[in-house]
Amino acid sequence: MLTEIERRELEDAVKHYPEKRGAAIDALLTVQRHRGWISDESLLDIARFLEITAEDLDSIATFYNLVFRKPVGRHVAFVCDSISCWIKGCEQVQEQIKNLYDIDLGQTTSDGRLTVLPIACLGHCERAPAMMIDQDVYGQVTPEKMEIIMEKYK
Amino acid sequence: MNNERPLTQHLHPNGRPRLLREYVSTGGYGSLQKLAAGMVPKDVQRLVGEAGLRGRGGGGFPTGTKWSFVPMGPDASKPKYIVANGDEMEPGTFKDRILMEGDPHGLVEGMIMAGYALDAEVGYIFLRGEYHLSAQRLNQAIAEAYAEGYLGKSLPGTTFRFDLHLHSSAGRYICGEETALLNALEGKRAVPRAKPPFPQTVGLWGQPTIVQNVETLYNIPHIINHGVEWYHRLSRTKDGGTKIYGISGRVTNPGWWELPLGTTAREILDRHAGGMADGIGFRGLLPGGISTSFMIEEHLDLPLDFSSFPPDVGRLGTGTMIILDDQTCPVGFVLNLEKFFARESCGWCTPCREGLPWVAKLLTAFEEGRATRDDLSLLDMHTKWLAPGHTFCGLAPGAMAPLQSALKYFREDFERHIMIGGCPWSKKSAQQRVLV
Repeated sequence: MLTEIERRELEDAVKHYPEKRGAAIDALLTVQRHRGWISDESLLDIARFLEITAEDLDSIATFYNLVFRKPVGRHVAFVCDSISCWIKGCEQVQEQIKNLYDIDLGQTTSDGRLTVLPIACLGHCERAPAMMIDQDVYGQVTPEKMEIIMEKYK
Repeated sequence: MNNERPLTQHLHPNGRPRLLREYVSTGGYGSLQKLAAGMVPKDVQRLVGEAGLRGRGGGGFPTGTKWSFVPMGPDASKPKYIVANGDEMEPGTFKDRILMEGDPHGLVEGMIMAGYALDAEVGYIFLRGEYHLSAQRLNQAIAEAYAEGYLGKSLPGTTFRFDLHLHSSAGRYICGEETALLNALEGKRAVPRAKPPFPQTVGLWGQPTIVQNVETLYNIPHIINHGVEWYHRLSRTKDGGTKIYGISGRVTNPGWWELPLGTTAREILDRHAGGMADGIGFRGLLPGGISTSFMIEEHLDLPLDFSSFPPDVGRLGTGTMIILDDQTCPVGFVLNLEKFFARESCGWCTPCREGLPWVAKLLTAFEEGRATRDDLSLLDMHTKWLAPGHTFCGLAPGAMAPLQSALKYFREDFERHIMIGGCPWSKKSAQQRVLV
């Protein structure tokens, strides 16, 4: 069941489109913001609201890398691995995350604090290497800076 | 020559956004007053056509020509749509973000005027999901524009009313392809559509639709305010206007600069980016994102525009350059690009879905010292069979541009990988060679 708040937000989103399903991404991201990820149950709730089948909605949900169909940690670190960041050492950034938290790309720490994922070019190439934690972007990330940055995300 | 920098001259160096009052104080929303003075949609179309505005998203298609395919007049199917393509996911490209974060109202005004020109009453800004700061600022600008009556009410002296919505996406490079973008907006899986029909006649929900890059839209109010001649004087080349160029890689000052269209790569690299970083040598560059071909030393004095590139040099793309330096392995560089393309392929057509991972696998073999001469021929083969005409959309042909040109300019580096059985740039293989 969608909560009252979720339902209200979804009703606002569908107003922007001539067909309800136009709001599919808005709806998935809205529910994800409240619940952390999109479970099968969430998928059904949203599909019912949009008046499409769950299978149809899943073909959209599974297409996008920012829609999580598996649980993630309290925080998600996205490490840019595109060319400008690769030249400037994104592999060391990934390495440092592994050293600090003992997780590889795609994994979550055992205490549920952090998930780390690769991401396509974040568009901060002039400040490479870049990473995004939740919604905050950091540029010129070094292994030393990373420890300080991560203090904010407990 | 006109030294103005209309798109960025008012931006705050500290990145603070310009909101309504400030935007209006520097002439913002001035183009709307031209409507009250009697400018009709045909006039706007004519100005944009004569200004020589060409699409800044990478294609360089003349905007006026694109608009001319949209059905006009009382019999035209309604509603018509304007979509801003803000799905800036081309690696190495960050120019639209600078504009949307710093001057969100410029996009709103550009969309209103494009809408007016085409009698399209609804607009969507399709924004990549990772641009949270842009989303926040655009939402604020849209709310301000509604409150002020620029959106949602008849524009002064006209019966035209424009509504604008922000659509934040959820990743995936293919959404930047205009027909995949339309599917995404309709809440469908974002695979490209067959063309024809083209979106100008059959687009969003089957209605006439123009999809336009963000930077392109920012140019429109300035053309309307200052006229065609002024716009041509901004440029050094036959197409009008300025261009936001950028540089990333191992240069002294990576960054972006709004410069006359037709500025050369050498000038941007030496004068604006301060040259290569200390002790680092130049080998080549991709002129505008990773779907463009490598340019080498001999190309650095070509004007970076949409009409000066000889066919064998390829195309400008987005104008944000990525530098290949002499401390970086060209094969490893191209492997990074092809892994990106393989990951971002939507999977709809077989050559792209199967071919790109194969290319990435072959390049990995070069880096790991397992490649043979046959693998080099296989790479050559892919550049032919993933070329335009063999795939459903432009993603795979785009992926072949850097590969094909790397095989041309850096072939001896590919051969060295085969010869020494590893990557000459890798520390690990250097140690192994010493041990041997």
